Amino acid sequence: MPRLSATQRHSIRFTLNGTPVQGEAEPRMLLTDFLRHVLGATGTHVGCEHGVCGACTVQVDGALARACLTLAVQVQGCEIRTVEGLAPAPGRLSILQEAFRRHHALQCGFCTAGILMSLDAFLRAQPDADEAALRDLLSGHLCRCTGYAPIIAAALDAAARLRETAHA
Amino acid sequence: MKPAKFDYVQAEALDEALATLRAEGEGARIIAGGQSLLPMLNMRLARPAVLVDIMHIAALAEATATTETLRIGAAVRQAALLARPSLHPLLAAALPWVGHAQTRSRGTLCGSVAHADPSAEIPLVLLALQGEILLRSARRARRVAATDFFTGMMQTARHEDEMIEAITIPQPRTGEGYAFREVGRRHGDFAIVACAAAAHATGVRLAIGGVADHPAARELPADSAQWDDALDAFAHALDARDDLHATATYRRQLVRKLGRQVMQEAAACRA
Ligand code: FES
Ligand code: FES
Repeated sequence: MPRLSATQRHSIRFTLNGTPVQGEAEPRMLLTDFLRHVLGATGTHVGCEHGVCGACTVQVDGALARACLTLAVQVQGCEIRTVEGLAPAPGRLSILQEAFRRHHALQCGFCTAGILMSLDAFLRAQPDADEAALRDLLSGHLCRCTGYAPIIAAALDAAARLRETAHA
Repeated sequence: MKPAKFDYVQAEALDEALATLRAEGEGARIIAGGQSLLPMLNMRLARPAVLVDIMHIAALAEATATTETLRIGAAVRQAALLARPSLHPLLAAALPWVGHAQTRSRGTLCGSVAHADPSAEIPLVLLALQGEILLRSARRARRVAATDFFTGMMQTARHEDEMIEAITIPQPRTGEGYAFREVGRRHGDFAIVACAAAAHATGVRLAIGGVADHPAARELPADSAQWDDALDAFAHALDARDDLHATATYRRQLVRKLGRQVMQEAAACRA
């Protein structure tokens, strides 16, 4: 039973968007800070740092997680996906990201990374999600700019296009 | 908004976790999904010397159903239970109200019970169904009825060297009906008032959360003509307080109205 000392840094390894990464962290380091400060992956944003706003939402082994409510030591060996992993290639956007642009579903963009990660996981699990289900999912995110309507429109549009590509 | 320093132990077996609890006393805290504990750590409302991670203990990750009871281990996440094809109707109704999809994916049922927030849904369901909490320390194991477990604002009957190993709830019985409702500012916010009811042939057991400093349950009569008086008495017994979200008067009114609705619903779906 390994006991990690509070005052030392420990090696943390996991897969970030398909690439193995490694860094050092004290047990108390949050995954948000590990991603941003240790790995330099600043796409994941930090709003409230206590689980309320959803800005920091990432995927851990395919499941949604608040990175600010997750310790770096807890994701040892896991597969982490962040917003940096959504685009299929440099200079190209995913279907979901493209829908956000088309519908003006972001203004300042602070909330966007978290919302994209939630929708990405959710639409994969429930491709036929209706508006009520999407609103329920979005209740886990705060957006201070858009009023949510364009986000819902983008999500419904992306869902429809994703279903088409799945059938094609 | 960053946690204070703590050691971190990843327990691979229950004995290891219990030995750490025994050695460290109140300095140790169990971490499972962390969805209640991490906010407390980030805000430094909790400053444990050591965190004991129990999510790698395979035996705790099981939810097992018999014809009599459903036993939910300490490492069972809320989303995992919700995804089961058949689930107790009251749990199935209440779980979608626990936090958000983004926290249910990591949060555990037992963690919510251990945290004992007065407005939390899972403790409420446990109380309405007269479930039990299985506590274990290095010295002994014991079962505590939900009715005796929640003792105050985030206070429970758990001793310092004990952890919740599992919770159990009785399976639905024929002739019973169940209903759940809550009112909050927005879906996923803390409940201003939450109600869970289990109706049976001789009465309705109603549990109320969000009003007193811990959830409370009462047996109310089966005869709906007596409900208004009984609910009024229950509402006044709960010692509601004014806070940022609602006044005591509004909370009592919600107990009367929402309470009646869930009792009606529960009685109507008695199978
Ligand atoms: S920064 Fe994590 S939920 Fe707000
Ligand atoms: S786009 Fe600014 S907070 Fe959502």
